[in-house]
Amino acid sequence: MSFYFAQFLTGLASASSLFLVASGLSIIFGVTRVVNFAHGSFYMLGAFIAYSLVTSLPPGPFWFWGGVILAALTVGVVGVIMEILVLRRIYQAPELFQLVATFGVVLLLKDVALWTWGPEDKLGPRAPGFDGAIDIFGSRVPEYDLVVIVVGFVVLAGLWLLFSRTRWGALVRAATEDREMLGALGINQALLFTGVFFLGSVLAGLGGAMQLPRASVSHHMDLAIIATVFVVVVVGGMGSIVGAFLASVIISELNAFGILIFPQITLVLMFLVMAVVLVIRPWGILGRPEDETAGEEYEHQSLSWLPSRAARLAMAGVVGVLLLLPFVVQEFYLVLMTEVFILALFAASLHFIMGNGGMISFGHAAYFGLGAYGGATLLLYGDTPMLLAIALAPFVAALGAAVFGWFCVRLSGVYMAMLSLAFAQIVWSIVFQSSGITGGEDGLVGVWPAEWASERQVFYYLTLAVTLGGILALWRMLFSPFGYSLRAGRDSPRRVEAIGIGFRTHKWLAFVIAGTFAGLAGGLYGFAKGIVTPTTLDIPRSIDALMMVLLGGVQTLVGPLVGAFAFVVLEDRLLAFQYWRAIFGLIIIGICIAMPEGIVGSTRSFLTRRGLVSSGR
Amino acid sequence: MSELTVSRLSKSFGGVRALNDVSFRLEPGELLAMIGPNGAGKSTCFNCINGQLRPDHGSVQFVGRDLVGLAPRAIWRLGVGRTFQITATFGSMTVAENVQMALISHHRRSRALWPLATRLYRDEALGLLESVSMRDQAERRCNVLAYGDLKRVELAVALAHDPRLLLMDEPTAGMAPKERIELMGLTAQIVGDKNIAVLFTEHDMDVVFANASRIIVLNRGEIVAEGTPAAVRANPLVQEVYLGAGSTYKPEARPAHA
Amino acid sequence: MKSTKNRTRLFLAMAAAVAMVGLTGTAASAAEPIRIGEINSYTTLADFTQPYKKGWEMAIEEINAAGGVIGRPLEVISRDDGGKPENAVKAAEELTTKENVDLLAGTYFSHIGVAVTNYSKQRKKLFVATEPMSDDITWAQGNDYTFRLRPNTYIQSAILAEEAAKLPAKRWAIVAPNYKFGQDAVAAFKKVMKEKRPDVEFVEEQWPALFKIDPGATVQALMQAKPDGIYSALFSRDLTAFVREAELRGLLTDDLTVVGLLTGEPEYLDPMGAEAPKNWIVTGYPWYAVTEPAHKKFIADYQAKYSDTPRMGSLIGYISIYAIKAMIEKAGSVDQDKLIAAMKDLTFDSVVGPITFRGIDHQSTLGAWVGRTAVVDGKPMMVDWRYAQGAQYFPTDEEIRQMRGAK
Repeated sequence: MSFYFAQFLTGLASASSLFLVASGLSIIFGVTRVVNFAHGSFYMLGAFIAYSLVTSLPPGPFWFWGGVILAALTVGVVGVIMEILVLRRIYQAPELFQLVATFGVVLLLKDVALWTWGPEDKLGPRAPGFDGAIDIFGSRVPEYDLVVIVVGFVVLAGLWLLFSRTRWGALVRAATEDREMLGALGINQALLFTGVFFLGSVLAGLGGAMQLPRASVSHHMDLAIIATVFVVVVVGGMGSIVGAFLASVIISELNAFGILIFPQITLVLMFLVMAVVLVIRPWGILGRPEDETAGEEYEHQSLSWLPSRAARLAMAGVVGVLLLLPFVVQEFYLVLMTEVFILALFAASLHFIMGNGGMISFGHAAYFGLGAYGGATLLLYGDTPMLLAIALAPFVAALGAAVFGWFCVRLSGVYMAMLSLAFAQIVWSIVFQSSGITGGEDGLVGVWPAEWASERQVFYYLTLAVTLGGILALWRMLFSPFGYSLRAGRDSPRRVEAIGIGFRTHKWLAFVIAGTFAGLAGGLYGFAKGIVTPTTLDIPRSIDALMMVLLGGVQTLVGPLVGAFAFVVLEDRLLAFQYWRAIFGLIIIGICIAMPEGIVGSTRSFLTRRGLVSSGR
Repeated sequence: MSELTVSRLSKSFGGVRALNDVSFRLEPGELLAMIGPNGAGKSTCFNCINGQLRPDHGSVQFVGRDLVGLAPRAIWRLGVGRTFQITATFGSMTVAENVQMALISHHRRSRALWPLATRLYRDEALGLLESVSMRDQAERRCNVLAYGDLKRVELAVALAHDPRLLLMDEPTAGMAPKERIELMGLTAQIVGDKNIAVLFTEHDMDVVFANASRIIVLNRGEIVAEGTPAAVRANPLVQEVYLGAGSTYKPEARPAHA
Repeated sequence: MKSTKNRTRLFLAMAAAVAMVGLTGTAASAAEPIRIGEINSYTTLADFTQPYKKGWEMAIEEINAAGGVIGRPLEVISRDDGGKPENAVKAAEELTTKENVDLLAGTYFSHIGVAVTNYSKQRKKLFVATEPMSDDITWAQGNDYTFRLRPNTYIQSAILAEEAAKLPAKRWAIVAPNYKFGQDAVAAFKKVMKEKRPDVEFVEEQWPALFKIDPGATVQALMQAKPDGIYSALFSRDLTAFVREAELRGLLTDDLTVVGLLTGEPEYLDPMGAEAPKNWIVTGYPWYAVTEPAHKKFIADYQAKYSDTPRMGSLIGYISIYAIKAMIEKAGSVDQDKLIAAMKDLTFDSVVGPITFRGIDHQSTLGAWVGRTAVVDGKPMMVDWRYAQGAQYFPTDEEIRQMRGAK
């Protein structure tokens, strides 16, 4: 019995430290609707800064806690700087742009931390006065765990008081519940948002600083926590503090007890919980349904997508150049372009649901990866010929998309994005931990093209043909009645139902189609690399796809392709630099601020303004 | 047989009776106006008919079929068109494409993957636009149109599947007085030609009395008067609950809910 | 149409050939460097890969200062894989087709090592895997073109199992990160333990996700099973967090035997400082106590050059360049087939003594230092250590043939 109580306390301590970070993210999201990827980086910064402060200040409890609090406040200032310098400039852009910008901040801060603190893990001191363990019903429980639990409850109570007893808190609550009311009340929105970012970042910093006595500070803390925190915030209900607390407790306790029964399931468990909660309660345990009319606010920036005659000629010209490429460039550039083609198809498949259907997927890599694993499995275990394996790979992805999509299309906006992320993570976890079939982390190897296609030029042409076919098919579908129905639903869900079109079914079919083509890209990718590893379906891969689409221009036809090209070339060029992440991050932030319509969209707007091209209709 | 037969429709929201035993009929070619002060139950009644809400009791018979429990899009398929109080159009598409979408759906081709949507049923769409005098704006995108023009587009969209019944929720809300008369005049002319039955709610009494063939008056969820415009105008009860007592209403007023 | 294409191709090929001759004609005669294409996770795992880089840089400088190899200097063209196997494959393609390197080397992560191993087989390019530990690189995925320097997971686990089998502990628990490395390490340890001590039983297994350990809960779960011994394949921050909780919660009593894979490597031991676990049986690298003159000289030179203490990676990076040098000298050229033939059964003198790249599986016989952890003057160290020759811990040739034949 005592053991279970000790395990419960352990879980509660984990929950408490998780809550500190999650509550900050939840508040930020609730008010500003920004999905702040940099929140994990703030957590990491909090830990690093606290390490520096605590190890350089005099020993003793006063300076220890002083250092922790100072670290949290410093991180708060960093959050404010990000809000003012980056986010404030792009609140008007589509909400995903803010997400991509904060991802740029993640990359930047990672290198800032590397530069400042060096590459090695840092082990901070234990908390003075709480460095032992006490006996509770015969089990030894670390004193510091109890401190963490107390701090968690104190923060919960503090936030509750702040939101229920102060004017500022009332404003934050009002903003969370009804954004339009803010304007009506004549509130200085900029100041409120900055304040919210300060508070949220302080909480992240505090969460990081509080970890100092528990684990070493490392450069991997940022991405390690961000997925978990997203889960907590989504499960609890975005914007709900108490919800975040409940979700933290549920997930941490499930983990604490889960490892006793299924020691190998830890990775999957959390995402399973999220998927189940979202399926039953789409807005989280204590979340509020999104405003029904939210979909109507969609900015209809899309001009005529159907390419003009001149544009079609230009595209044909590009294809012509690509056909001649093997005769003029070094083989390596064929390898690079092969990758561009595959990722372009992948990005185009995401664009199919995002640009046209207004659906956001944070887990599109799942279908890319399912295609890759499907093709590889058929080849390695079924001795399937390469072409057949590539042809069948999309069906594996389609199956996954059909099952997961069925749940995803019942939600919208960020909730749909999060559910798609949860499903992708479930697939990733299963693949990662089932070494017997999937090769685990090492992946499946020996996925090379058939003898006849093993020359780089041949595979280049094969990839060009397949991806070009795929992209053209996707484009054709965009302009088909089905594609139009999807866009109609995006523009006005009310109207589309009122003309007899079942929007949800259409969304689901679109999700399956997008997954299918992502799977086709994935199938090719395996053969291009000779291996299929879990990185083909992890979170960064999904974010890559989002970045390609958004950086290229979500409301343009060729945007995803240009985005894929830019992405591959940038990555190839930048990896030569020690601080490539910082450079990449700055480029991403720069594009988000300077080119809010993406590379293609902004170029088009620029040319239109100059009267160099006509504005379409 | 009547086009629409509503019998003993009731609906409550958390103990508040929004609709109580409402019954009426609508004949082909008839323009039936439903009026009443804010909160009288007009929108609730509307939404029970178009499938947005499920009534607690009662039935809605449309040419012999019960509509209760059907989804809005199934009701549309049966031949019930509708326009919204706040226009709902596809902003990224042209005026013609908006109408074409309705035609595509009517011909059950919304899942076709190959043909180009802009080329489907284009002549039909242009014909419908002609009938609402929007032919010359067919290639403009909807999100740049004036509000009055959007209302006309909606009307064309609503007519696309040759409906036998048209439900129009405050069709002239947000329009200038002159436009209102024009739009309802146009509506009356079209439905007259095609023998379509129309049920509409309206705040502007000038519009109502100019176009309605019959009027029902709702108050607190119940029908308090029914009859020709002249009869309703003369009904003292109506004057008391609605027109009289200095009750003010604005055309842009929020939709009545309960 | 086809003939036009062919003509174009021919023309371009000719032009390229002329350009190539023009460019290379002058240089080839003198001392054209031998180019080693090197791939590693320099930015993703800077803490482990930077010492390794310093190691090979030092070796390159020494060799080139002494006149190079077969009269030519060595040049390393290094690429960062960003921690992704797909990028490593792309880097390998670039190094092979664009930089025209004579061989590939490097990698740290096992899965990236496996990816490049697979690449080397497909493109028939020699690959000297330096740091990755996956057994597959020389066994299940082993191929003609890949050789590996570092002792693999199996060998290091077997060395530890041999030590563990000498102890009385019977009830064992396992804690390992839940991915390929951890699973391999546990499988190897169990296999050797069962052979040497049929009476042991494994009573509990904890498989935290890599770098996501919930240390308190894991420690509690292990305590609940009341084991006599624990085998840990945790490393880095998982290990640090685990040790702190285990100390606090009283898991690490004097009666408990703990065996830790890699725990003694300075990369993992040093960050723990005075809190490092005591009396664990570990593999590692006690550079501070080596006695062989050549090895001592390496350590002194390294410290002088970089003002930093060497890590396991430093030694591996350093030796790997000398292994490549020995291979080229034996082959007398950089012809792929000759290099491969030379590398098979190549024995060369390293600073830690002679090492052989076994012909049967291309695995080097580099062993591991095994000893006990201690904290001396506030610094974590390995004491009572010995160098275990790798050659003694291989599975039988028959088993290896079977594994290599499998693919």
